[in-house]
Amino acid sequence: MAFLKRSPWILHYDASSCNGCDIEVLACLTPLYDVERFGIINTGNPKHADILLITGGVNEQNRQVVKNLYEQMPEPRVVVAVGICAASGGIFRECYNIVGGVDRVIPVDVYVPGCAARPEQIIDGVVKALSILEEKRAKMKVMEQHSEEAGETA
Amino acid sequence: MTWTWLIGAVLFLILAPLAGGLIAGIDRKITARMQGRVGPPLLQPFYDVGKLFEKERVVVTTAQNFYVLAYLVFIALAGALFFAGGDLLLTVFAFTLAHVFLVLGAYAVHSPYSHIGAERELIQLMAYEPMVILVAVGLYMVTNSFYVAEIAAVVVPAILYLPGVFIGLAIVLTIKFRKSPFDISTSHHAHQEIVKGITTEFSGPTLGTIEIAHWYETVFLLGLVYLFFAWNPVIGVVAVALTYLAEIFVDNTTARVRWQAALKTGWFAALLGIVNLAILSYMTLGGA
Repeated sequence: MAFLKRSPWILHYDASSCNGCDIEVLACLTPLYDVERFGIINTGNPKHADILLITGGVNEQNRQVVKNLYEQMPEPRVVVAVGICAASGGIFRECYNIVGGVDRVIPVDVYVPGCAARPEQIIDGVVKALSILEEKRAKMKVMEQHSEEAGETA
Repeated sequence: MTWTWLIGAVLFLILAPLAGGLIAGIDRKITARMQGRVGPPLLQPFYDVGKLFEKERVVVTTAQNFYVLAYLVFIALAGALFFAGGDLLLTVFAFTLAHVFLVLGAYAVHSPYSHIGAERELIQLMAYEPMVILVAVGLYMVTNSFYVAEIAAVVVPAILYLPGVFIGLAIVLTIKFRKSPFDISTSHHAHQEIVKGITTEFSGPTLGTIEIAHWYETVFLLGLVYLFFAWNPVIGVVAVALTYLAEIFVDNTTARVRWQAALKTGWFAALLGIVNLAILSYMTLGGA
């Protein structure tokens, strides 16, 4: 049974975004869009999260924080970069303190462009992330079986 | 005849997670409607727990798994004792012990968030425990028995003798169901407050186990509410449903209070219960 697709819990992190995309992310939780319809919950805890929604181009000070958050999420996990800054650094790309995109620090699975990204786009990005999440779970299962078989023969 | 108690216990162990999950689903739906949202599907709690068991098992300290398992086992034991018609006092003690294990589980991990959650859970224990014991004492004063089977079989309406105790229990239930304004150690809604309180360091299957234990807990507590109305099963079921609806309503209309207020309210509820019992003993003993 694929429960994963029916209950994606999200961790939202602002990696030096201008707050525009963050407001749009939170708009998804309002009664108008109500993403809890799809079982989506906005957790504040990386250990409970399945999807990392991340905004902003990452600066030198929160580079380590982003890495930590990613590493604390249990497998399977996906990363959705929300907004053009998260994708490439956007207009802040040339700034001395900006790393220039989330994928310079952690692997990104889905890019949601826009300045700011609209709630509909963000929800679309999360839905795309769900199928990737499911793929990763299937891979994880195969890996587990392989390691069990290897353990038996050894 | 001697086997009937076993049926109650087995039925509880099998059906309580299903009933508890369904109640949680209805709860989330009603909560969403109260907030003007559509809300998740009715079976969402089962999807959530199913998903948690599909996730990677990340263990911070191996001891935490043992404590969480003990939490589940003792909650299930307390509920099974209750539905087997066993001793109400023993049930209450097993129930308390279960929560002590959960607190120990949270303390086993070196994380400030987890520790704050554990401390708050202890405060909640202190707040509701006197009232829960008073429920057992009150029901004993009315029915002359601590055995659930005998309490449930009594024909007098316990609620008429124990209105103060019932209101006290209803106040304390808000703490137990982890609902506002007393959801200080962990909450169904506050997903970002002090990260997630007592459940911060639990993830994947371990968090799923806690959730299942919480379903057992819900069914057991609603059973406790039913005892006050046990003389008429129809009124009993309606009263249980109304009590839970009232809890959802309170949850959605109040803000979270500080722990001092939670503690004071819990002990005020106990005071209400004690006054009720004092009047009751005066009426029954003093009148004779």
